[in-house]
Amino acid sequence: MSTVSASIQEQMPKGVSLWDDAWTRLKKNKLAMFGLGFLLFVGVICLLTPWIAPYGYEAQNLRLGASPPSAEHWLGTDTFGRDMLTRIMYGGRVSLMVGFIATAVALVIGVTYGAVAGYAGGKVDAVMMRLVDIMYALPFMIFIILLMVVFGRNLLLLFLAIGAVEWLTMARIVRGQVQSLRQMEYVEAAISIGQAPSRIIAKHLLPNVLGPVIVYTTLTIPSVMLLEAFLSFLGLGIQPPQSSWGLLISYGVETMEEYPWLLIFPGLALTLTLFALNFLGDGLRDALDPKASRD
Amino acid sequence: MFRFIALRTLQAIPVILAVITVTFFLVRAAPGGPFSTEKAVSPQVQAALEAQYQLDLPMHQQYFNYLADLLKGDMGPSFKYPGRSVDELIFQGLPVTAELGFYALIIAVLIGTLAGVFAALKPNTAQDYVPMSLAMVGICMPSFLLGPLLVLVFSMWAGWLPVSGWGASPGDKILPSITLGTTYAAYIARLSRSGMLEVMSQDYLRTARAKGLPEHIVIFRHALRGGLLPVISFLGPAFAGLLAGSFVVETIFQIPGLGRFYVQAAFNRDYTMILGTTAFLATLIVLFNLLSDIVAALLNPRLRYQFGSK
Repeated sequence: MSTVSASIQEQMPKGVSLWDDAWTRLKKNKLAMFGLGFLLFVGVICLLTPWIAPYGYEAQNLRLGASPPSAEHWLGTDTFGRDMLTRIMYGGRVSLMVGFIATAVALVIGVTYGAVAGYAGGKVDAVMMRLVDIMYALPFMIFIILLMVVFGRNLLLLFLAIGAVEWLTMARIVRGQVQSLRQMEYVEAAISIGQAPSRIIAKHLLPNVLGPVIVYTTLTIPSVMLLEAFLSFLGLGIQPPQSSWGLLISYGVETMEEYPWLLIFPGLALTLTLFALNFLGDGLRDALDPKASRD
Repeated sequence: MFRFIALRTLQAIPVILAVITVTFFLVRAAPGGPFSTEKAVSPQVQAALEAQYQLDLPMHQQYFNYLADLLKGDMGPSFKYPGRSVDELIFQGLPVTAELGFYALIIAVLIGTLAGVFAALKPNTAQDYVPMSLAMVGICMPSFLLGPLLVLVFSMWAGWLPVSGWGASPGDKILPSITLGTTYAAYIARLSRSGMLEVMSQDYLRTARAKGLPEHIVIFRHALRGGLLPVISFLGPAFAGLLAGSFVVETIFQIPGLGRFYVQAAFNRDYTMILGTTAFLATLIVLFNLLSDIVAALLNPRLRYQFGSK
């Protein structure tokens, strides 16, 4: 008996899971793979910065002053004679950290909120989503600036503030998905055998909304990083001695006429990373949801 | 339709009120009063100052007073510019910001829809890839990087355009408008491309072609109306983004607009000014969202019913 079923299994085509399938599609997308590769590269460098940075973060060489790129300082030095490559590496740590942590905050709030609203349905859902509608209408950028002004430029607050803005769309996406999944027979089956709603949401619903969530997360990270850079540029985000790409760009602007490399290199680091994230996000959308058009 | 507009307008009122309330209490909750300076002020002077600006009243009374003043259009005196009111400062900056935003919006809509429609006419060819790659650059290049780079190239190196200013020398409005408009041109290009592609595969377009209409009429009369809907819905959020973007652009180009006042007020901790500008800008944004929703609903009846059924 067992040999028969084994031979049947051999004859059957090998099952392709959604994830295998998506990965195959993603691998064919050169831009997305470039994005993934570039991000891994930047991520590893930023992780290892304290060990591989060519110079110390605060190490100055005042005698050198601002110098253009050279063999010793690949990306030149700033007006204090500090190595730009080192500063961009440390700045990248902060920029990426803000991007990932604030997105994680948005992810947790948005997915929970959306899943609960979608699962509960009815009045609860109506009230919860109306609240989201109202919050959509609020001019958050102005509020974030206000928060930063009023409560000081606190990194934790920055994460919370940015996360608080970005969860809305996530909640909408998850809610829509959960709402349609909830009608499925397997969920009804789970309800009928008396599983707790929290378990149904966590075990049966969330794994199935993972696709759109991953796609939207990848696209949220660059917008969060832009927001951080924007605030830091205005002097309302990351404060010295800490640094981020946005802050480095704002320093670069002050001296761009004499020392353009101080603007161009941090600008390049930020733009290329945002590029890579967007390419990867678009690629993931095509891979995970072949029906969705790329816009 | 009337029901939609009425409902949607009624919905905007609590939002505006919420914005003003949150802003008011946030600003009041800020550590350090508006007059805490390095110089120690004697308690009597402090009390006199607080009495003059009615800061000695209970919080709720200050709040209702503020609301009552707001209804009369009075946003109070500026804390940092003695003798000048917030209204005065706002209406001094508003025309400048409005002009900048208007040019930027024109650039964004014109270039964006042109590029998007152009790309959608021949999808997955060079005619599609080139504008869409440029759009990706526009989205990834923040305005605070694009602006300085444009200044570096066109003003400092080429010497064609002024480095900064607004209306002081010829051509000084060009770079700020481009800087502010580019990001939105990029978003609009992507939106109009996908909107057009979606519409192009619809049956009613096949019908239009089948009855022998020339291609330009099919595109301009039938496809554009549906294809550009996403762009119209995007204009509301884009307007909010333009205002926030004007903070940066006005700072870079030293333009005396609202955005620059706001950033300065933020740094000076000029609380009435922050409160007034926030309330003003927020109301403007909410109203613009309202307007873009109404226009979108006028063009797309389905949106109306969706709303009415809720």
